[in-house]
Amino acid sequence: MPEKTIESINIKRIEILDQAGETDEALMPSLAEADIRCLYELLVLSRAFDQRALSLQREGRLGTYASILGQEASQVGSAYALEQQDWVFPSFRETGVHIARGYPAELLFAYWAGDERGMQAPEGLNIFPISIAVGTHIPHAVGAAMAIKYRGEKTAVAAYFGDGATSKGDFHEGFNMAGVYRLPVVFICQNNQWAISIPRERQSAARTLAQKAFAYGFEGIQVDGNDIFAVYKVTRDALRKARDGGGPTFIECHTYRMAHHTTADDSTRYRHDREVELWKPRDPLARLQSFMEKKGLWTEQYRAEAEARARTIIDDAVKKAEAMPRPDPGDMFTYTYAAPSSRQRRQQGAL
Amino acid sequence: MPALNMVQAINLALREEMRRDRSVVVLGEDVGKDGGVFRITDGLLPEFGEERVIDTPLSESGIVGAAIGMAVNGMRPVAEIQFMGFIYPAIDQIFSHAARIRSRSRGRFSCPLVVRTPYGIGIRSPELHSESSEALFCHMPGIKVVVPSTPYNAKGLLAAAVRDPDPVIFLESTRLYRLIREEVPEGAYTLPLGKARIVREGKEVTVISWGSMLHKTLQAVDGLDAEVIDLMTLNPFDEETITGSVKKTGRVVIVHEAPKTGGFGAELSATIAEDAMLFLKGPVLRVTGPDAVIPLPKLEERYAPSPERIRKALEEIMRY
Repeated sequence: MPEKTIESINIKRIEILDQAGETDEALMPSLAEADIRCLYELLVLSRAFDQRALSLQREGRLGTYASILGQEASQVGSAYALEQQDWVFPSFRETGVHIARGYPAELLFAYWAGDERGMQAPEGLNIFPISIAVGTHIPHAVGAAMAIKYRGEKTAVAAYFGDGATSKGDFHEGFNMAGVYRLPVVFICQNNQWAISIPRERQSAARTLAQKAFAYGFEGIQVDGNDIFAVYKVTRDALRKARDGGGPTFIECHTYRMAHHTTADDSTRYRHDREVELWKPRDPLARLQSFMEKKGLWTEQYRAEAEARARTIIDDAVKKAEAMPRPDPGDMFTYTYAAPSSRQRRQQGAL
Repeated sequence: MPALNMVQAINLALREEMRRDRSVVVLGEDVGKDGGVFRITDGLLPEFGEERVIDTPLSESGIVGAAIGMAVNGMRPVAEIQFMGFIYPAIDQIFSHAARIRSRSRGRFSCPLVVRTPYGIGIRSPELHSESSEALFCHMPGIKVVVPSTPYNAKGLLAAAVRDPDPVIFLESTRLYRLIREEVPEGAYTLPLGKARIVREGKEVTVISWGSMLHKTLQAVDGLDAEVIDLMTLNPFDEETITGSVKKTGRVVIVHEAPKTGGFGAELSATIAEDAMLFLKGPVLRVTGPDAVIPLPKLEERYAPSPERIRKALEEIMRY
């Protein structure tokens, strides 16, 4: 009997916008000038939030914070492809997704300052609370997609996580169920090369993370995560496929965590500066700026205005967050159950 | 009224809840075509279809995790884990997520989920099929823990659990599944979660138990003026009924089959010490499983509290 190949896979990598600001016109998604400006301003706002959060943390005004520096295009580009009714299940490093979806910045500051009221998404915004537990929220996105499919809605679900999460059991259990039931869910991995101190190649012996999807019967695709057009296009296509009954997609955004894991971490203990230096020219903001300059959409004045607008929003958000009255200890009991037990009521009275 | 066993009563509760509310779905390993390893979901697939009776991959964390996602998105999933010993891979989902979603989202999202699982010894099953780990779940705020003891209360409690806005762990004694029959009305009724029932009134001693141990307790109290409380919900538990009874009798025996150390009896005992110490005539006694790994069938009857062991504790406390 001759040996036969019964399965082979191809992993695509999509790149549209290069470092010089040139685009592949065949792949370029149709985006109006207003969309491109909006994407740029969301990148600026995300970075402004991040930088303010880092400085507030150093001043002791925020607790531990996880920086998104370098990953803004993966976050803003994918979130921009979502429709209002779509669901988002974020991990803890998706501030750019929150901002792109219109999550109030003051609530994000409040959350990182240790106030749980920051995790209450406004009505009409289907964004789930941040999951600190790594990867265990992936099955939740799967279940939400099951509910959507059951009701026959034209809605999709996006689950965000990092490269570390792909090593967790719940990643595999969630992917497996998503494949078996062909659910309207898009898995978006920000492969930022580091899970705290463990590099990507110690996370998995697989050549790409994207290829993991094929074991579960659906497509995995790698995208240049610092290229906002590529991220936007791949996510938009995957969301459309999901809404049209085509099942799940796994998107590996190949990007880089420029900062420490969190403000409580010191990455100089485990990675070389020269690696960080290598990624600096790939900055997602600079790349979009080069593109816009070529198209006549970007000037120094525009940058200054965009940054000033972002600063105003962030200043205002910090003020609002810091002006919030301290949370009531009673809140601990209010939200444990729909109605507190008699024992809880006595404990509440004693606090 | 038909006389049903516990399997039939739970099946009827699921069927009626699914007929009443289209957002109620069941999911788990073998729950569809096979009707579940204990036949609890038998006949649901032909009536409700595979969109609502979902055979899942072998994936405990995935099942509970997906059920959480459904629950936060408007469904009322009832997930089955085939044996309590297999629930441990899903504990991360239950503790880290189901229990905290209401709190984490400040009430924006809730998790109206039921996880049903058979528990306990008594059907001569292999290793990890006889667990009675209810105390683990009772320690976690945000979830409710319910243990029915008869077909009638199983049906009413399960209907209440399905309608409850919070996650409920619903523990079904394998030993009781086919042991007893009683009249169970058709048509929906619920029994309130968090309320105990006084099965037998008495003045001399209070015996507290739940699930299958209730029936062993009832065998042990013959001829004594004992008040028997079936706790039914372990978290939140009915402190008022317990304290009221203890103040009347002054003597307490707690019976459970789980290991003694850190068992739920310890919580009850401590609560009685805090709230009714001065009414006690003697120590609060516990009759429990030993602090040993739950054995294979040849030793399981030695492991579980027997009516004789319960009787001995009752005789001891009556000397005070």
